[in-house]
Amino acid sequence: MIYHNDKAMNFNADTPILLMERLCKSYMLGTVELKVLREVALSINSGEYVAIMGPSGSGKSTLLNMIGCLDRPTSGDYWLGGQNVALLDDDELSLIRGSRIGFIFQSFNLINQLNVIENIEVPMYYQGYSEHQSAQRARELATMVGLGERLGHRPSELSGGQQQRVAIARALVNDPLIILADEPTGNLDSESGTEILKILMDLHRQGKTLIVVTHDERIAESAERIVEIFDGQIRHR
Amino acid sequence: MFVFRLKRTAKLGIKSLWMHKLRSTLTTLGIIFGVSSVIAMLAIGEGASRATQEQIARLGSRNIIIKTVSPPEDKEVSGQNQSMREYGLTYLDAERFRDSMPNAEVVVPSRRLPQQAWYRNRKVAVEVIGTVPWYPEISPIQLKSGRFLSSIDMHHKQAVCVIDENIVKELFVLDDPLSQNVKIQSDYYRVIGVVSPEDLGPAGKSLENGQTKPKGQGGANIGSIYVPLTTVKNRFGETSIQYSGSSGRSMERVELQEITVKVGAMNEVLPTRDILETLLNRFHKKDDYHVVVPLELLKQAKQTQRIFSIVLGSIAAISLLVGGIGIMNIMLATVSERTREIGIRRALGARKRDIVLQFLSETLLLTLLGGILGMSLGSLVPFLVTHFGHMPTVITGGSLFLAFGISGMVGVIFGLYPAYRAANMDPIQSLRHE
Repeated sequence: MIYHNDKAMNFNADTPILLMERLCKSYMLGTVELKVLREVALSINSGEYVAIMGPSGSGKSTLLNMIGCLDRPTSGDYWLGGQNVALLDDDELSLIRGSRIGFIFQSFNLINQLNVIENIEVPMYYQGYSEHQSAQRARELATMVGLGERLGHRPSELSGGQQQRVAIARALVNDPLIILADEPTGNLDSESGTEILKILMDLHRQGKTLIVVTHDERIAESAERIVEIFDGQIRHR
Repeated sequence: MFVFRLKRTAKLGIKSLWMHKLRSTLTTLGIIFGVSSVIAMLAIGEGASRATQEQIARLGSRNIIIKTVSPPEDKEVSGQNQSMREYGLTYLDAERFRDSMPNAEVVVPSRRLPQQAWYRNRKVAVEVIGTVPWYPEISPIQLKSGRFLSSIDMHHKQAVCVIDENIVKELFVLDDPLSQNVKIQSDYYRVIGVVSPEDLGPAGKSLENGQTKPKGQGGANIGSIYVPLTTVKNRFGETSIQYSGSSGRSMERVELQEITVKVGAMNEVLPTRDILETLLNRFHKKDDYHVVVPLELLKQAKQTQRIFSIVLGSIAAISLLVGGIGIMNIMLATVSERTREIGIRRALGARKRDIVLQFLSETLLLTLLGGILGMSLGSLVPFLVTHFGHMPTVITGGSLFLAFGISGMVGVIFGLYPAYRAANMDPIQSLRHE
C-alpha cells in the first residue's frame, strides 16, 4: 500500500530523501505568538546517518515531531520521499508514519499487554499485511536484533536494552524511508547503550537512513553528520 | 485480510478485558441483570397471559354465555320468615334466542346444582349440570367412553348421566363406571358416558364472572355430572331452599343457571351480543343476568398483556440505560489509562478510525458477553419458577432477540463516545503521558 501523491517532486537518486525549506512552527499562548522553529532548512540524503543535537529549549523535540509527521508546520515545506507532507490530512499522515517512518523512542514505548512478536507486528497490522506475512516478518526481524529466543516474552520481562531492540525491530518492519530515533540510549546503561549503538551502525551499513536526536557523544561520533539546532534554527547543514 | 483484522481486534479486546477480569465482570453485571430480568419477566408474564388466554379460549371464542345472577334489590327484603324469589333465565328465553336470532348456531341452556354424588360407600361433591344433548358444541369436553346425552333421553326424562374423569377417579377408582349407578339425593342415575373435565388448569381456576372457583382440594366440586335437562327439571324441581344465618329461610325459583349461545363466525359475536341484551332487557325487569363474552375477555387479556409488556420493557430499558452509562464510564477510564498506548499506536500508523474500532470493539465485546450471560440467566429463572412455583412460563424467541439486539446497541451507543475521545487525542501529548 504505497501512497501516491500527485504533488510529488521529481524524485530521483540525487534528490534528498528529506527536505525542509523555510519550515516554521509557532504556538499561540493567548495573544502572544511563540516561534519554536524559525525558517528551518534541512536536507538529508538517502543512506545518511545524521545526529541532531541541541540544548533543551532549542526546538529539538518540535523538529523531531515535524520530521516524524506527528505535527504539522505552521508554514514552509517538508518533502519526504518526494511528497510534500505538509499538505496531507490526518489519515494520510497516519499512513506516512506507518509506512515511511520508523520510530525509536527514548522510553521504548512498547505496548505492555503484547509480547515481543505482537509488538513488532503492530505497524504491519495498520498497513494491512496478512496474518502469515506479518508473523513471518516479525520473526525475521526479532532474530536479526538477537531476540529470536524471546518471542513470547512481555516487555516487563525484558531488560532495557532488550526492549529497545524490540523497538528497533518494530521500526524496521515496513521498510521505512527514514528511521527516526529520539534519545535511543537515554534510558540505558552504558553497556546496553553500546549494544544499541552497534545495531544502529549495522543499519547504517545496510544503507538505511538514520536521523537520531541525541545528547550521547558516542552517537555523535559514529554519525556521518551533526546538525545543530539552537533557538529554533539550524546552525550547520 | 479484513477477517484477520477482525480476529486480531477481537483477540486484542478479549486480552485487554481478561487482564482486568474484575473490572470487566463488574461492568457487565449491569447488562447481565438488565437482560436477564427482561427475559425472565417477559417469560413469566407471557406464561401467565397464555394460561389466561387458554382458559378464556376454552370458554369458546364464538360463545356468548349468559348467566343467572341473584338480583341485588331483593336482598334488601330480608329478615322475614319466608320470601319467594323468582329470577333469572327461563326456558322462554332460550326459545326466544333460538327463534329470533338467525346468527345463533347453537343455543344451550343449562341448570347447575351443587350436589353430593354417591357410589357404593364413596361420595364426592359435584356440580350437576342439567343440559341438552348438544352441550359438547359449546364446551371443550371430549367423550372418553360410552356416549353423551341424547334427544331420546331428553324426551323420556331418563335418569341417565355422563360423568367426567375426575369423578371417575374419585368415585370409581379402578372400576369401569359405565352402566353403574350414581346416587344423587334419593335418585339413581345410570352412567352412560365419560368425558374429559371442563377445566384443565393446574390450579383449576375458572374465570367466569371474574370469580375463582377452585376445584379439587379445598374447593367445592370435584367435577361435573351431566344429566338431561328435562330429568333435572323433573327430579329437582325449580325451587331451592336457602337458610340464612339469623332467622327464617328464603326460597328461590330459578329455571336456568346458564344459556350459552354459539354464533357462526367470530365477527358475529359482538353484534349478536347486542341483540341478545336487547331481547333480555325487554323481558327481564330485574337485573338478574350477566353476559360473558369470552372473545371480549380475550381481547382485554391481550390488551393487558400488551400494557404489561410495555411497562416491563420500559423498566428494562431504563436498567439497560443505567448499565450502558456504567460501561461508558469504565471505558472512559480505560481510555484514560491507555493514553500512552494510543499515542504509540498513532505514531506507528494507526488512523483515528483504527483507534475508534479498537475501543468500540472492546465495548461491544463486553455488552455482547453480558447479553449472552444475561440470556442464559434469564432463561434459567423462568425454568426454576415453572419447576418450583408451578406457574407456566414461556420464553419467547422475540424476547431473546430483543435482549441481544439491545445489548449490542447499548454497546455501540455507549462505546462510541469513549472511542471517539481516544481517537482524537493528540499523539504527541499522549506519548508524553504518564
